[in-house]
Amino acid sequence: MSTFWSLWISVIVLATVIGCWWLLWATRRSQPTDKETDRTTGHSFDGIEEYDNPLPKWWFHLFSATCVFSLIYLALYPGLGNFEGLLGWTQEKQWQEEVQQAEARYGELYAKYGDIPIPELAKNEDARKMGQRLFSNNCAVCHGSAARGAVGFPNLTDDAWIWGGSPERIVETIHQGRVNQMPAKGLMPNMSNNQVEAVVNYVLSFSGREKDKALAEQGQQVFMQACAGCHGQDAKGNTMVGAPNLTDDDWLYGSTYDWIKETVTYGRQNRMPAQENRLSEDQIHILAAYVYGLSHRNQ
Amino acid sequence: MSTATPNLTYNYKVVRQFTIMTVVWGIIGMGMGVLIASQLRFPFMNFDLPWTHFGRLRPLHTNLVIFGFGGSALFATSYYVVQRTCQARLFSDGLAAFTFWGWQAVLVAACITLPMGLTSTKEYAELEWPIDILITLVWVAYAMVYFGTITKRQTKHIYVANWFYGAFILTVAVLHIGNNLELPVSAFKSYSIYSGVTDAMMQWWWGHNAVGFFLTAGFLGMMYYFVPKQADRPVYSYRLSIVHFWALIATYVWAGGHHLHYSALPDWAQTAGMIMSLILLAPSWGGMINGMMTLSGAWHKLRTDPILRFLVVSLSFYGMSTFEGPMMAIKTVNALSHDTDWTIGHVHSGALGWVAMISIGAVYHLIPRLWGMTRMYSVGLINLHFWLATIGTVLYIVAMWVNGIMQGLMWRAVNADGTLTYSFVEALENSMPGYLIRLIGGGIFFTGMLVMAYNVRMTIRQKDAVALDNSAVQTA
Repeated sequence: MSTFWSLWISVIVLATVIGCWWLLWATRRSQPTDKETDRTTGHSFDGIEEYDNPLPKWWFHLFSATCVFSLIYLALYPGLGNFEGLLGWTQEKQWQEEVQQAEARYGELYAKYGDIPIPELAKNEDARKMGQRLFSNNCAVCHGSAARGAVGFPNLTDDAWIWGGSPERIVETIHQGRVNQMPAKGLMPNMSNNQVEAVVNYVLSFSGREKDKALAEQGQQVFMQACAGCHGQDAKGNTMVGAPNLTDDDWLYGSTYDWIKETVTYGRQNRMPAQENRLSEDQIHILAAYVYGLSHRNQ
Repeated sequence: MSTATPNLTYNYKVVRQFTIMTVVWGIIGMGMGVLIASQLRFPFMNFDLPWTHFGRLRPLHTNLVIFGFGGSALFATSYYVVQRTCQARLFSDGLAAFTFWGWQAVLVAACITLPMGLTSTKEYAELEWPIDILITLVWVAYAMVYFGTITKRQTKHIYVANWFYGAFILTVAVLHIGNNLELPVSAFKSYSIYSGVTDAMMQWWWGHNAVGFFLTAGFLGMMYYFVPKQADRPVYSYRLSIVHFWALIATYVWAGGHHLHYSALPDWAQTAGMIMSLILLAPSWGGMINGMMTLSGAWHKLRTDPILRFLVVSLSFYGMSTFEGPMMAIKTVNALSHDTDWTIGHVHSGALGWVAMISIGAVYHLIPRLWGMTRMYSVGLINLHFWLATIGTVLYIVAMWVNGIMQGLMWRAVNADGTLTYSFVEALENSMPGYLIRLIGGGIFFTGMLVMAYNVRMTIRQKDAVALDNSAVQTA
């Protein structure tokens, strides 16, 4: 901040504190007596009179003490414009110190699992518990405390992986997060309403649930043009681009006719936030092992 | 009163109107509070409708209790006090009537727009820009009536109650306009002209002074008239009132920064917010001392006069919450209390204990005088109301203290490996007993308001009966 504003802030802050103090002292000094009195000021307002009693002593000292405290605080901490305070304290420094303390204190606990490969680590009971706590703190708010997901939030306990379920892919997902986008009507922005109905029927036919066989057959051609680019000609999806498998019974956005029609018509946007600035490398390793273990319980 | 002008009459009509609306908005606003308290405990009380949802009704609750109940009480008492202590009729009956109908229009507009989801999103300043303009017009008219009356005064000095009312009117005008500068994009949507942390600081400059000036300075004005009047004792110390008045208004305007501790607000502004809040302790207590000590020599009156009891207990709650406030403004305490129910408890020890109780005391003092009676219909019912209000307040704030400190401790508890011990929802689950007790406390307080409404209704009807009796005597 410029020198002018720094001075401006310093002057008005000090003027307020010292002004209060001066008012207090000046009023006390002009007191005719320190004792309680029954003399009034002589005013009367609608019958209300006012005694000319002195300021209560304890109150005077309380007030003075808060003013003195404030002046000392202003000397020690940043408050007067650009003046940094004698302690050199800032909230950023306090935060960094606390983070460093935490790393020094807890880093070792996580580091000892750093070299164990994820499939093996997933079987380690202590690491699993740690991973579960990390999951509760950082992931459960979307994926649920049992990791079973919700509409728009993938279930992590099954074998259906949108971005791949290998240890490396899970680590990558936690690290960088994922941004996923299905365009409205896939690659066929001018898809007609009839074609939408057709392709929905075709998609439902993978699980034998189509409403209209003839439409479903028509839908195959639409699918090849609009959807196969990402979901593949066999509709089994592609974990490299985050395109879900459409032939299983795992549905991120609901499996009914209306849900799928909405998905085709409007597309879907989804985002998982990156965790790499919030969690350490070792923590991500343990978390990934926990998530890996959720779908590999019996192996 | 030797200096009284013999044919002076006061404008009591607008005082009567605002006094009745104090009770009416009190019941609606507090009823709304009980409803949203029940929603926190029993989520089905949201009724799955957008306009009955907590998110929309909570701002309606705060607007109606602060501006409907508190605002009407301030208008009523300030118009009454300024006339009586200045021995002058209101500056303009027409403008005074405009403030009444204008203010009611603002409140009705709040009842319509907030449940519809029309909001500028700033706390205690949610109303959209057309309503903001109406508030500004009413407020300018209010200032004209109020200060116009003071310039007309027959007394040489200006009574201390009027200093506080005057400071409240001026400061709220500046803050309301400053915080509500916004760019309209349609008839019911606008965006603040400030952005980022500047917007946050403007918001809390207003937000904390909705408390500091609207709910404190104004009500200290009320205290300075009704306490000495009801106790029939001189004010304890004129000297103390000078010091605590100037110190209070000088430091309150700084305090808003304490709402933004450990945020993007620069360190210096956080420091200023914290130290000014600490200094505020003594000026606040100055008001409490002056009110309490005014009773010295008249303590026995508390045994027989429940109105005085309302006034004195309100001062106790005032003293308590103005001790609590500076403590919560200290950064390390705030790090525990911030975003917890402790804040809600703190606000309500001020709102129920101080603001509502002193307003209720003032209304009980005013009603018989405004309708030409000697006393309320039932003193026993005032006493009942007093106990309902006190018990309700205590239940409410204790529940919120317990919840708040528990939440703060649960949120910061960590395991041996540095992960958080509790998830957010676990803290919420453990808050449920507190929410139930808060609901019960709020319900008890609300019941007291219904008792008051009945008592007021019967008092006014009695007045009609007396008028009938008199006319019967004359025609006989």
